[in-house]
Formats: sequence, C-alpha cells, structure tokens
Amino acid sequence: MSFDESHGAPKGPSMRTPLGRVRNLGAAHSGTSDFWRQRITGVAMTLLMIPVIVIVMMLLGRNQAGAAQILGSLPIAVILLLFIFASAWHMKIGMQVVIEDYIHNEKLKLVSIMLNNFFSFAVALASTYAILKLSSGV
Amino acid sequence: MVEFALPKNSKINGGKTWPKPAGATDVREFRVYRWNPDDGKNPSVDTYYVDTHDCGPMVLDGLIWIKNNIDPSLTFRRSCREGVCGSCAMNIDGQNTLACTRSMHDVKDGAVKINPLPHQPVVKDLVPDLTNFYAQYASVEPWLKTTSPTPQKEWKQSHEDREKLDGLYECILCACCSTSCPSYWWNSERYLGPAALLQANRWVSDSRDEATGERLDDLEDPFRLYRCHTIMNCAKACPKGLNPAEAIAELKLKMVERQI
Repeated sequence: MSFDESHGAPKGPSMRTPLGRVRNLGAAHSGTSDFWRQRITGVAMTLLMIPVIVIVMMLLGRNQAGAAQILGSLPIAVILLLFIFASAWHMKIGMQVVIEDYIHNEKLKLVSIMLNNFFSFAVALASTYAILKLSSGV
Repeated sequence: MVEFALPKNSKINGGKTWPKPAGATDVREFRVYRWNPDDGKNPSVDTYYVDTHDCGPMVLDGLIWIKNNIDPSLTFRRSCREGVCGSCAMNIDGQNTLACTRSMHDVKDGAVKINPLPHQPVVKDLVPDLTNFYAQYASVEPWLKTTSPTPQKEWKQSHEDREKLDGLYECILCACCSTSCPSYWWNSERYLGPAALLQANRWVSDSRDEATGERLDDLEDPFRLYRCHTIMNCAKACPKGLNPAEAIAELKLKMVERQI
C-alpha cells in the first residue's frame, strides 16, 4: 500500500516530506495502559485457569439445582467472575490489536473497534448475569 | 485492508536464463529478481551461472562477478563489502541479510535465490526505496539532546552506563530487521519498525541524554511502538547479531515503569 492510500489521506502523489509523513499527527501518548492491562489480564487468566477447569469439571453432569448449589459458594462465584472479567477485557484488547493491524480503512476500523467494544461488554455482562443468577439460586 | 497478494504490476514473470560461462568447471546458479522502471514490464527472475573458481566466496562476490562478466545492467547497492555499511542488504534464500557477509556456500544446495528487501518500493532490480525507513530513523532524533550548559570537555559517562549501549550502538541501519517484520509490512507508515526503535532505545538508554522523557513521550503511541508483537523476525534477520525485539521490550518496560 502506498502512503497515500492509507488513513483517509487524499490519493495521488503526496508533496509532504518523508519526515512530515512519519510525524503525521504526532504521538497519541497512549497505548501503555492497554499494553499493561493485556499483561495483567493474561497473568490473571493463567492463574485462574486451573481453578476454573476444576469448577467446570465439578459442574459436569449436574442439573441446575446442583450447579446453583456449587455456584452459591462465594469463592467459586468470585473465581468465575474474575475469570470472565479478565478474559473479556483481554479479548477486547487483543481483538482491537488485530483490527488495528489489518484494517486500514479509517471508517471501517472505527466501526470495527466500536463493535468489538460492544461485543466484549455484552459477553462479559451476559456471563456475569448468568453466574449471579445461578449463584443466587434463582 | 492489508494486501496479501502482490499488485498486478508486481507479479513476477519468468525471466531470462543466461548461458553458462564457457570453460567453467564449477558453476553456481543464481536466480536474481529483476525489474526495470523504464521498460514497463513486470518483474522477472533471471538465472545466471557464476564461475565459482573465478570469484570470491560471498554472495556479493557472485553478484559483482555477474555484473562484470555477464550482465552489466544488474543493479544493486554495495560499498564496504565487509558488513559495516549495510548497503548490500537483500533477501537471500528467503532471509534478509547482507550479501557481503553471507557465503554462497552457506546457501543450501540449489540456486542462490536473491530478491530485494521485502515490502519496500523497488527502485530497480535489488535496490529498494528506503526513504520512509530513513525518515523514521530521523524522527527518533538520533543525537544527544541536553539542556545543561555544555561542559568544557566531553559529556562524561561511567563505564557501567557506557556498557548499557552495547547491543544498540552497533546497528548499521541496513533495514534487514524492519523489512523482515510482518507488523512493519502491514503498517510501515505508522509503525516505526525494529531498526528505528532500537536506535530510539539507544538514545533513551544513554546516561548523558537529558531528553529521555520527551523521547518516551514521542514513542508512546499504539502504532509507533506498540505494533511490535514480539514476532522476533528482527532478531533472526539482524546480520550484526543484535536483538531489536529486546530493545523494544526495554522501551515498553520503561513506558510502564514511569506509570507505575
């Protein structure tokens, strides 16, 4: 891709200097928070993975009453909620990186990032609701 | 979207096979990318046969032999022929490296396949247009920046602080690392790439520099710095044995360090 095809810039030969093109709109002064959060959620998921697998094994073959009884335990519900929170956040950041890597059309990129946020938030909320519902025995 | 296929006018057609040198007993086959901006044709791969008894052992020796003895129109950059200037960086047998330090005997059996550095505009044959690459290097302002009064003699540095620049200052800006990086292929207009970031870390790590914070400010960007996904092609490609991925990781660590 030529420089002029990207980021909504007008097509045709650019008169900007190479340094002007590289500096472009300047640094965003952000990105470190996402980088750090991706590491935190990654470590959290690694630590939570074994307990989550154990809990899922415990739930296998049980009916709703049995599942509600297990999820009624505070530590078990907290572990699952933490896992959902960490994985949804990790998924959101990871998918955003993929979108930024491969989608160069500015409008499509903005829409994709927006949908990614909506989707991740919806998944997290739906999963949280399901666990809270089961753990409260409803 | 990212382009996964070559544009129509970049698709490589079959090229010319040049005759084997007369009387040569030991020849090595070279398949070299050719493209001439003036003839309006697509690129091609020409096949040459190099008389290995009549030329030096390196791939660059082979290319010079071809230019001198078979095809004077073959175009490539070269200068120091000893791994110092970085001019003869090209893709040899699928690996970005310097033609002057890669022995043709290290290339496994079969032809020595030579292409220009990947994903850069080609000026002619094996000469890539590195304008953007050099501008990215200039953008990290690779010089000492100070505000304290200039000392009468030199800016002093302890031996320990000087050692922190080892593995950084040796970079010769050949572009082997940046052009081997898929992240750089997809976003070379916004991602600074391994070479410029290694150089940025060289100045961020310099104890004499007084603009460390400003340098980090200018790098803190989801594209300029954080497009690095630790793919590590850069470290594999570097003909000087440097590790740009590690330098980028150090930059990221410093970014986190100043926030926590």
